[in-house]
Amino acid sequence: MAMTGVLRPGHAQLRVLDMEESVKFYTEVMGLIDMGRDAQGRAYFKCWDERDHHSIVLRQADRAGMDFFAFKVLDQATLDQYERDLKEYGVATERMPAGEMLNTGERVRFKIPTGHTIELYAEKKDVGNGMAYTNPEAWVPNLPGIAPIRMDHCLIYGGDIDGNRDLFEKVFGFSLVERIKLEDGTTDLATWLTCSAKAHDIAMVRHSEDDKLHHVSFRLESWEQVLRAADLMSMHRVSIDAGPTRHGVTRGTTIYFFDPSGNRLETFCGGYDFYPDMQPLTWTWDNVGAGVFYHDRKLNERFLAVVT
Amino acid sequence: MPHFTVTIEETGETYRCSDQHSLLAGMEALGRKGIPVGCRGGGCGVCKVEVLDGAIRTRAMSREHVSVDDEAGGRVLACRATPQTDIRLRVLGKMKRAVCQGAAAESTTTSQMTGD
Repeated sequence: MAMTGVLRPGHAQLRVLDMEESVKFYTEVMGLIDMGRDAQGRAYFKCWDERDHHSIVLRQADRAGMDFFAFKVLDQATLDQYERDLKEYGVATERMPAGEMLNTGERVRFKIPTGHTIELYAEKKDVGNGMAYTNPEAWVPNLPGIAPIRMDHCLIYGGDIDGNRDLFEKVFGFSLVERIKLEDGTTDLATWLTCSAKAHDIAMVRHSEDDKLHHVSFRLESWEQVLRAADLMSMHRVSIDAGPTRHGVTRGTTIYFFDPSGNRLETFCGGYDFYPDMQPLTWTWDNVGAGVFYHDRKLNERFLAVVT
Repeated sequence: MPHFTVTIEETGETYRCSDQHSLLAGMEALGRKGIPVGCRGGGCGVCKVEVLDGAIRTRAMSREHVSVDDEAGGRVLACRATPQTDIRLRVLGKMKRAVCQGAAAESTTTSQMTGD
């Protein structure tokens, strides 16, 4: 598959209760690179191996959670086409002007059936990954903190996840990679979708409240790095939710933990490559525990109940 | 550092908590149960308690779960409140269960009051 439409997750804007404490956490513990503030006071960060200007934006607010999640598309023509396709599908769109977000072009904003705000954009300044575009080194030495290579995906909670899947499949050509079925054997409890050859670019769980965030995930390059991340979390007294362990779904190794405002994050490694000719994998209700936490083979209560 | 006695009204459970730890962290550190444990960062709301007796100091917590009136009335998130005196509290928060009554049932029927 040549990737031409939606390329990848591009940025997530998270609400934080204390900006100063959060900036310290995202730079010193997470090891993200501070990319500055805008006139509204939002703070911008990137992972070291990302080339675009930012992937995480923090906004000071009186409640935690995620304002929106964005995908980068191939070019301006693709962006314009998707806006037409969304309108034809019956979804209202809004244009956020270029520059409203630092070093970022126009964004097309819309709501999906679970109430989450999603954005598409085609342009964001290429600032590089700290290495040359000609004869680069292999990696950047002496990075502080956990230092994931990229913001990778998110898991969102809301009611109509069937409507979400229909939209992502029909308008943007996403593929269903894995699903967990509820007790009736028919209804999806959760679905994992990809726009690329990754095991997931966005995932969703059926939930009683709309517009909730379960986690934003960051990719590490090895299981050893996942264990190192857990050590750093303990050193910094980070609130760990689960792990280090492995997911049955996607086979990724994982730690779930919380930022200082209670937004759940994940550092993970692995997962398999997915191509659009592959059939989705299904987890049945009696194996939901192993699907989520492969070693414990049972859910912790927080997985289904704690969201922001 | 000063330590205070925290009493959970419903269960009669008591534990000692320093003024450097939140009511929730103090409970967890001793392996005690009673207040549901969520994000531990003031965001998710599951550890909401009502302080019936005693004084606390609080940090910022989500207005989605704690209104101004709540906060004034001592209805706060245990993860964002540190004791300044002995404390007697009542648990208000609970794990929200949505479509997953069955799923969570195995773990929650036994742990509804245990916090995990």
